[in-house]
Amino acid sequence: MSELPIMGPALPEIFLAIAVMGLMMVGVFVKPDRALPLVSALAIAVLLVAGALIAAGGGGYQLAFGDLFVVDRFAVFMKLLVIAGSVLAIIMSEGFIRREGMDRFEYPVLICLATLGMLMMVSANDLIALYIGLELQSLSLYVTASLQRDRLRSTEAGLKYFVLGALSSGMLLYGASLIYGFGGTTEFGALAAHFGELESVPVGVITGIVFLVAGLAFKVSAVPFHMWTPDVYEGAPTPVTAFFAVAPKIAAMALLLRVMMGPFGGMVGEWFQIIWFVSAASMVLGAFAAIPQTNIKRLMAYSSIGHVGYALIGLAAGTEEGVTGILIYMAIYLVMNVGTFACILSMKVKGRMVEQISDLAGLAKTKPAMAAALLIFMFSMAGIPPMAGFFGKLYVFRAAINAELYTLAVIGALASVVSAFYYLRIVKVMYFDEPAEAFDPVETRGLKAIIGVAGVIVLAFIFYPSLLADNAAVAAVSLLQG
Amino acid sequence: MAVGLEHYLTVAAILFALGLFGIFLNRRNVIIILMSIELMLLAVNINLVAFSVFLQDLVGQIFAMLVLTVAAAEAAIGLAILVVFYRNRASISVEDINQMKG
Repeated sequence: MSELPIMGPALPEIFLAIAVMGLMMVGVFVKPDRALPLVSALAIAVLLVAGALIAAGGGGYQLAFGDLFVVDRFAVFMKLLVIAGSVLAIIMSEGFIRREGMDRFEYPVLICLATLGMLMMVSANDLIALYIGLELQSLSLYVTASLQRDRLRSTEAGLKYFVLGALSSGMLLYGASLIYGFGGTTEFGALAAHFGELESVPVGVITGIVFLVAGLAFKVSAVPFHMWTPDVYEGAPTPVTAFFAVAPKIAAMALLLRVMMGPFGGMVGEWFQIIWFVSAASMVLGAFAAIPQTNIKRLMAYSSIGHVGYALIGLAAGTEEGVTGILIYMAIYLVMNVGTFACILSMKVKGRMVEQISDLAGLAKTKPAMAAALLIFMFSMAGIPPMAGFFGKLYVFRAAINAELYTLAVIGALASVVSAFYYLRIVKVMYFDEPAEAFDPVETRGLKAIIGVAGVIVLAFIFYPSLLADNAAVAAVSLLQG
Repeated sequence: MAVGLEHYLTVAAILFALGLFGIFLNRRNVIIILMSIELMLLAVNINLVAFSVFLQDLVGQIFAMLVLTVAAAEAAIGLAILVVFYRNRASISVEDINQMKG
């Protein structure tokens, strides 16, 4: 009789998986009108418990399930960010899903399942585990995008996301099959050891890496695989868009980092140019394509493409400092994005949600507090110094300079100047245009609290940067040393 | 002539390319896109099984089984989303997926 595999390090994921099954049962057996609030509250509790288990598990390097699953400080850092993004997404959606006819208890359940997939992605130590985690996340996200099933836009967003997401999964898998064939194994540690011994890298492996990076670039919506992002962001229900903008991005970025720095860390020279191009193209496209946008969700989509470009500078640098920069950038990106979407979700004009930028006209006169909060987030996104967003960019740019990637750093700085235009245009519309319509306040207590806390974090980051930076540095070291 | 690894890889590469082109060149029907996605995943399975035999290593076949399972789930979800879309739009033509530009 064979022994059971080690499962301890995966305790938070096992707990979450079982608890989600329980949530589904609760949703089915409770009265329909009480199901959603109850399941939402329970889902938040379950995610928080999973987060606590992750934090309590510490960050020592541990393997589980026959080396398929790894826990280290990097995984703990990224998982806590993912959990934070998911919990905030559930809290933010509270009012919206009741008003807009998507009040089904499946929503928090699907968010929890997607989160489980993301946690698996962050901890994947094998191509098989990578694929399964990614698919669990993607399949749940396809459904959440089309959850407003009587709205054409929502279903169209879901369909587009599904087709392009499935295409990217296929490319990732093809790459994984080639890497397996030429590397002889699917386990990251063994792959790294195998590639370390080679004199020259076989063409098959390079092809595999290209396909794998293409698949992952789809998931982080980096140029040239970004085309789904604006449509899905615009069509999906706004709280779902808020969720898409943070948690899956962080998880996919973690996966990209682990794959590139782990098994392929020894051949930075082979893939460096791909990441360099993807990063530069994302920054430039994010800056220029957002300028003509009138829909604020579409604008946020291009903005997120740009932010992914900035974060990828750190990966192009391929150093410990670069990885630290990415971790800090993603954490700050989470706070800024959640704050902005919380603002968008708390306003209604003429009986519909605020979607056009012109809807924000005169917000400073009608709702000064909200306008001030949005001003802080926009300044932070643009990277204006006292705000947190500036430090995110500072860390990645410094990594790029120290790695002698001067061109990339210059492109990044120029792109962030261009992108300041459209962020500041929102500020101009809020503060200097005449109010067109009165706003209906629809904010819940949760939204108010999120806006307040996110605003304070963005403002106060300058005083305590080491709180985040030290943890990120430790996480980066654990990723590189294994 | 013995059939070797490279023959299997060539077949898989051709199938994969067919699937890829099927998604991008097809202008008529979303169902064809779903079929193309399946074709891509099956090409990957041929790759995995061929490598598994070549390397005398079972992991590739386990991977192929998992890909089959996930492909089934993916097809189910894709068709479900397509049905919901059809109810709203009364069409599954690729040209009619045009509510949002881009």
